Amino acid sequence: MPSPATPPPRAASEHARARRRLKARALLLSPALLVICGLLVLPLCIIVVYSFLTPGTYGGVVWRFSTESYVQFLFERDLFDDTLAFSPAYLQIYWRSFIQALVATTACFLIGFPTAYYIATLPERKKYMWVLLITVPYWINLLIRTIAMLFLIRNEGPLNHALLFAGLVDAPLKIAYTNIGVGIGLIYTYLPFMVLPLYAAIERFDFRLVEAASDLYARRWTILRRVILPLAMPGVVAGSLLVFIPSLGAFIAPDLLGGGKNLMIGNLIALQFQGSRNWPFGSAAAVILMTIVLCALLVYVRQQSKARLRQLR
Amino acid sequence: MTPSPFKTLAAAALLGLVGASGPAQSAGKLNLYNWFDYLPQELVDKFSRQHDVEVTLDTYDSNESLLARLKAGVTGYDVAVPGDYMVRILINEGMLELINASEFPNFGNIPAEYVDVYFDPGRKYSVPYQWGTTGFMVDTAVYDGDIDTLAIIFNPPPELRGRINMLKDVNDVINAGLRYLDLERCNGNPEDLRRLSDLLNDAKRHWLSFNSDGAKEVLVSGDAAVGQIWNGFGMRARAERPSLKYAYPREGITGWMDNLVVLKGAPNLDNAKLFLNFMLEPENAAILTNFARYTAGVSGTEPFLDEEMKTAHEVNYPSSAPPPEFVPPCPDNVIRLYDRIWTNLLK
Repeated sequence: MPSPATPPPRAASEHARARRRLKARALLLSPALLVICGLLVLPLCIIVVYSFLTPGTYGGVVWRFSTESYVQFLFERDLFDDTLAFSPAYLQIYWRSFIQALVATTACFLIGFPTAYYIATLPERKKYMWVLLITVPYWINLLIRTIAMLFLIRNEGPLNHALLFAGLVDAPLKIAYTNIGVGIGLIYTYLPFMVLPLYAAIERFDFRLVEAASDLYARRWTILRRVILPLAMPGVVAGSLLVFIPSLGAFIAPDLLGGGKNLMIGNLIALQFQGSRNWPFGSAAAVILMTIVLCALLVYVRQQSKARLRQLR
Repeated sequence: MTPSPFKTLAAAALLGLVGASGPAQSAGKLNLYNWFDYLPQELVDKFSRQHDVEVTLDTYDSNESLLARLKAGVTGYDVAVPGDYMVRILINEGMLELINASEFPNFGNIPAEYVDVYFDPGRKYSVPYQWGTTGFMVDTAVYDGDIDTLAIIFNPPPELRGRINMLKDVNDVINAGLRYLDLERCNGNPEDLRRLSDLLNDAKRHWLSFNSDGAKEVLVSGDAAVGQIWNGFGMRARAERPSLKYAYPREGITGWMDNLVVLKGAPNLDNAKLFLNFMLEPENAAILTNFARYTAGVSGTEPFLDEEMKTAHEVNYPSSAPPPEFVPPCPDNVIRLYDRIWTNLLK
């Protein structure tokens, strides 16, 4: 064994190699880090700073510190005497958005899971065709797809004409310009985001486990609940996040399919930068949304790691 | 040997690439920022041909969103089309290029009453584009009662409830409400505004949607039986659904004048001025009017106008109706209050 005072040439070269590897890693990471810092962290900092400033009358900000935007979120200043009164209006918008996003996520899962399962069990060549078909809507601009959806579901659209013609309804179903219309739009828009991760998870699934379970007298429902779902969980989680978070900030569907009457968070923020020209309040609304999502994610991650620890024990 | 079309294309593309890097090309460009559906392609092509200029066109859907985007630092546009009060705001904010329209060869085509306007006396920054009114239309096949009242919007008869589209425009909605309540415009009186806010929030139950760029479509499709709309856009809606009728409410109606302006720092200043002068040509103003269906801000268009324009209910102001009201920009504190009422209404 060589003495530590004089390291053998082999160890030295290993040391150099490790350093080289570290350098290469830093080099390879730097473009991504630059993009994240320049296009994500920096703009986020600007948003946080703006949320503590005073709005200019015609847009922009006045560089004077103010917490008014956050106060405005929960309280309404009286038109007369500037006294504050609690106002749940903005909370309602957030609540409505959460419910809409939750409904959309659940519906996407209920539709997406059987679809993904079906595709995953197809022979190799057919699989690719189906995955390709799932992505087809993305070849068309979101705005055009949403307007097409509006044309389908509106009172004088083909859906209602067909229902009326078939005698299933007496008056056109009011879907367009309601919260249901918004929900349909969200599901339609984000369904592929659920199907693809689910498919990726189920595709790797070893179907012999299903045979084993049924050999052990598990019923179909039990197999789904105890064998397939737990193993597809990473896909379920990824899909749910990919649907829930963008739904929360959705902006086109509520505007077009909801008739712009019942704002969601995305519209509230957009309105502050367009019609209302209150940049600080728009920034504050964005910061609040981001904080809520981040907290929810942190809680989820902690619970997951705890659950994993419990499993290991 | 004739060159193959492919080679010609490739050569053109190459020239385009080379040209784009030199200053020569930028002299041949013009970037327009206009309301949606407000400029016929025919005019774009004509200007393009006449002056060998490549024209691009982007659109917006309200004076407020034009201001918001300019304030947000959108640049690169040469010409925009703000309404009267917005011209005033943009001048005050120093966002317009001084053009002294009186030096334009076609300046003489502007009628005297449109030269010394309150928002730009002497036309130093703008030239007229079109003027019209903001009223509403009713589908007379659905409702055949008296439509010349704002009660149609704020206290609608049963057959019209839930079938009303409003413009997504803070001033158009609020001014209609103020007229219905017989209150002053640009109103900062808290008691009045509270009544207004209550009226709007109550009437919202009966409203189907807030939509400006779909204002025509929603009426034509029959989803809405009442819709706030600009008169020319309304005339185009009637062409597709003849049972629509433009109302002249006795409580009053908003008049407006849209204007061509050159934005500060316009990259193609000379072409922008050329375009403004081009649009003051009566024949060109008439092409625009025949398309957009409002009234030209230029005299001498009559010989070029469609027969329909002479009799259309939407553009021939009835003498029985009160004259259209041009609402100037409101003071800062009123704008803030309006914004609060508007946000509160939309949520």
